[in-house]
Amino acid sequence: MAELNINLNRGLQLKNPVLTASGTFGYGVEFQDFINLEDLGGFIVKGTTLKHREGNPYPRMAETPSGMLNAVGLQNKGVDYFVGHIYPQIKDIQTNILVNVSGSCVADYVATAEKINELSNIPGIELNISCPNVKEGGMAFGTSCISAAEVVSAVRKVYHKHLMVKLSPNVTHIQEIALAVEAAGADSVSLINTLLGMAINIQKRKPILSTITGGLSGACVKPVALRMVWQVAQAVKIPVVGLGGIMSATDAIEFLLAGASAIQIGTANFIDPTITIKVIEGINSYLNENGFQSVQEIIGVI
Amino acid sequence: MKKIIDFTIRKNYSLNEDTFILVLHAPELPEIKVGQFVNVKVENSPLTFLRRPISVHDVEPEKGLLYLLIKKNGKGTVQLSMLREGDKLNIILPLGNSFSIPSNGRCLLVGGGVGIAPLLYLSKQLKAKGLSSVVLIGARNKNHVILQEEYGKYAEVYYTTEDGSYGEKGFPTQHSILSEHFDHIYCCGPEPMMRAVARYAYSNKIDCEVSLENMMACGIGACLCCVNETQEGHKCVCVDGPIFNINDLKWQN
Repeated sequence: MAELNINLNRGLQLKNPVLTASGTFGYGVEFQDFINLEDLGGFIVKGTTLKHREGNPYPRMAETPSGMLNAVGLQNKGVDYFVGHIYPQIKDIQTNILVNVSGSCVADYVATAEKINELSNIPGIELNISCPNVKEGGMAFGTSCISAAEVVSAVRKVYHKHLMVKLSPNVTHIQEIALAVEAAGADSVSLINTLLGMAINIQKRKPILSTITGGLSGACVKPVALRMVWQVAQAVKIPVVGLGGIMSATDAIEFLLAGASAIQIGTANFIDPTITIKVIEGINSYLNENGFQSVQEIIGVI
Repeated sequence: MKKIIDFTIRKNYSLNEDTFILVLHAPELPEIKVGQFVNVKVENSPLTFLRRPISVHDVEPEKGLLYLLIKKNGKGTVQLSMLREGDKLNIILPLGNSFSIPSNGRCLLVGGGVGIAPLLYLSKQLKAKGLSSVVLIGARNKNHVILQEEYGKYAEVYYTTEDGSYGEKGFPTQHSILSEHFDHIYCCGPEPMMRAVARYAYSNKIDCEVSLENMMACGIGACLCCVNETQEGHKCVCVDGPIFNINDLKWQN
């Protein structure tokens, strides 16, 4: 057994580098029939906002070659519901539970992060400045260095545990955004969120999604995600968490080699709810077969 | 408890040019309730990415047999239609809620197209409870009239066809059997048909449940893609459904 543990900064220790991506893993409990959640490095719960959000109208999903578009639009019952109803159900699961935090203005991000800061069994948040499916906020924060830094520094003032910032790929130079959030106090960056895309039903001559555009994820985005992870890992000093189209241990290892200290599995959970465990086992086998003692030996060798 | 099981194809037979039945075997089946569905992984189909949600048509738990009635609707279902005896099929099951089984009263089961699929297992369970049911099926024409004998084992069966080539001409809501008294209605089919049946149920104050079929990615309540508008906001068809009482939907108008 190779050493799989990873330190992501500010006390966030993972027993292995495999996390799940927000919005693809519910609150974890949806997967309890299939896997032991405590085997994961951690999981990141659904995007949480200050107030209840109904999300976008149906249809919110379109299957595409080797992927899918979604336009869920951050449907959730708000941070108070999370604190009162969800947190008590999951707080004793012995793994890292991170909350993905989103908002439509800086004050909302700050207020939500403050409330989650009080939860002793939540060691970190993932700040979502990259959701492509909401009209206000979301990706708007993550596509300019100034607004990205503004929201990160405001949250940094009130949030004292691990602050991961999730970056949008829908930018010209993702390294610049990464450097801006690093300077503003981020402990790590995760990338990529979904790529803005579109699908059309030619019989109805209408877009498939109610919102016309949506976020592309799945196997098809992996080469783009891998390139961006490599670029950002070259640029920043804080740990990089890689995600985007990881469907297998091989994919995950590619991200580690490109410079990711940990990875997140997203859309693949929909097709195989046990994929996370297979990836952890696959990384371990790869390390053993290639004579590595620790996963840290392969991170960023490219 | 949900499980992921590799089933073996026992039989794959066509009912007409676009509909077929897969008979699948596993040594041990989890308990499957009426109205639940399964999520099927389509192998050797590079242009499909997600699993395919499919209604449970019938179950023989003691034999380890699961029956799926499938319409060739796209690349995934066409690929499934090519499976042969002995092939494997990876399935997550059982998923979703279930139809309510009443303690008494006369039941009307209305199905349209491949929406008749969940009504066989339902009619079987209703008969097992000693309840009398009528199955009313809407088909395009007589070539689409399938499984009459199967449904006939458990219920009286009536048909409408759009061209009048079999049964009464028109849609299920125009059938003369609706002049009789029913206490419960169950419906699965194209949404316009379900809405028409719901209008009939509202106006006659009959309890009515429908089985919805929204596009979904995960089938287990994680992705929130398959939502339907309800009186309590967006609900997932995969975990809060697929069965909804029409009073919980916003279908009154």
